[in-house]
Amino acid sequence: MTAIAQPASLPETIPQGRVGPLDAIRHTLTLAWRSLVQIRHNPMELTDLSLQPLMFVVLFAYVFGGAIAGSPKAYLQFGLAGIICQNALFLTMNTGMALNTDITKGVFDRFRSLPIARSAPLAGRIVADVVRQVWSMAILIAVGLLLGFRIQTDLVGVLGAVALLVVFTLGFSWLPVLVAMLVDEPEKVMMLGFVVVFPLTFISSAFVPVETMPGWLQAWAAVNPTSLLVDAVRGLLVGGEVAAPALGALAWAAAIGAAFAPLALRAFRRRS
Amino acid sequence: MDNTIEAHGLVKRFGDTTALGGVDLAARTGTVLAVLGPNGAGKTTAVRILATLLQPDEGRARVAGYDVVAQAQQVRRLIALTGQYAAVDESLTGAENLLLIGRLLGLPRGAARRRGAELLDRFGLADAGGRAAKTYSGGMRRRLDLAASLVGRPRVLYLDEPTTGLDPRARNDLWGVIRELTAGGVTVLLTTQYMEEADQLADDVVVVDRGRVAAVGTPDQLKTQVGRQVLRVSPVRAADVPVVARVVTDLSGAAPEVAAGAVSAQVGDPRLPPAMLQRLTDAQVAVAELSLRKPSLDEVFFALTGHHPTDQASDEPDDDRSAA
Repeated sequence: MTAIAQPASLPETIPQGRVGPLDAIRHTLTLAWRSLVQIRHNPMELTDLSLQPLMFVVLFAYVFGGAIAGSPKAYLQFGLAGIICQNALFLTMNTGMALNTDITKGVFDRFRSLPIARSAPLAGRIVADVVRQVWSMAILIAVGLLLGFRIQTDLVGVLGAVALLVVFTLGFSWLPVLVAMLVDEPEKVMMLGFVVVFPLTFISSAFVPVETMPGWLQAWAAVNPTSLLVDAVRGLLVGGEVAAPALGALAWAAAIGAAFAPLALRAFRRRS
Repeated sequence: MDNTIEAHGLVKRFGDTTALGGVDLAARTGTVLAVLGPNGAGKTTAVRILATLLQPDEGRARVAGYDVVAQAQQVRRLIALTGQYAAVDESLTGAENLLLIGRLLGLPRGAARRRGAELLDRFGLADAGGRAAKTYSGGMRRRLDLAASLVGRPRVLYLDEPTTGLDPRARNDLWGVIRELTAGGVTVLLTTQYMEEADQLADDVVVVDRGRVAAVGTPDQLKTQVGRQVLRVSPVRAADVPVVARVVTDLSGAAPEVAAGAVSAQVGDPRLPPAMLQRLTDAQVAVAELSLRKPSLDEVFFALTGHHPTDQASDEPDDDRSAA
């Protein structure tokens, strides 16, 4: 009968004020573990994660590829990097949708009443989604290779591309996460996907050479952070300039994270 | 005895709705404080403030001496909350849910597993521990939820309508757990709509109504305060109803309610019913039905607040999940 009752002065109940950064990382990783265990219990989720990118590769290569580049194979060599980037940005919308669903459930009340870092429930999901991102990129590259895509760099280039995308999405995710904290249903996070991710990816160097666009679109494509990301990923996969666009993309990711993470945390705190 | 929970003048508004209009609460260490009130009375809002999930617009509250706003993180180290809705991750197994909480509380993996197994066992979930919580019955989910609250051996436990929707046996089990916890020094604040639950468990009761405290006291004090019994008499002949009414008025000093051939009145004096029967016998009035019963929660409420709990808007934000 002493299993649940206890003297009130166990060491772990001695109150301390702030959560240290190491503890915050531990809390984040623990909550990321939670999100990954969900995949283990529902492996179909990975199938879902693979279908949309697969469809995009096939669609772009075989429907538009011939018209844009002369052949599907030739187009993949240019367009696969763009498809990978667009897919990565779309996946960040899933992060937001999942969190929006989560905060309406009681389990998030429990997390909020625990002595853990305030950012951990949000950051935990973002970190866990790195695994979903990498899985999805691996599928895209594998399918690309099957359809005739050729890596013209080396393994380091491929890993570099994956790492760059992971870091970029870690920063970019805070935008959909902020929206997820503000809206009342997950579908509205997806709306953000259409309103933000489509112009960001289609009007960039992702799918067609920027030079083919009218001047005013070129101007947007030139300042669009997605163009920097796509150029760097393309450079890392098939050769070309890497350092400048990669640094630019990372700077954007840092800026987006720095701007939206505090807003998202504040909105999370206020959301009762 | 010290108060582990103390709240003064809590005010919380949601838009135009005032969920709490200045509420004081105090729970003595190692006792059960029941917050009794109908839906929409502000019970859940008060608990969420005390659990650091909501900030009050006015007033202040302390748990074990720590301010729930300024020292929220310290408060969170001492408390656990089990709500009306099971706060468990449905896609995780029971064991994983408890492991998750243990790890978040800083227990090493092995210790967290052992603590989880101990609690699953204690709550009769040992066999179900490896199954996803979404396959659990409602009662099992609630038990898992309570187990999750106890992983960190909280000193203060908030139970928000813990027995709503439970069958009588599950309810009795839960009451047993609460008694066990307070015996171990835990302070329990529980909200309920049931007078009986407050009666069974609470050392002190706070009756809240429309965001305000309507009465405070031990269950006995409240019962004496409002504990008049309800007397109902119907004579065999309908023509005798005015006679019965006159006798009851004479004896109780107040006009009774007369409806459908029956006279009913609240009586505080236990000598009244026999005296009334004597008078009716003398007047040769034959009685077809006579009953004396304890007041229902509705009547206790009426006595305390002057209106019926069912008058309340039940869609106030504090008890409504979608706004929470």
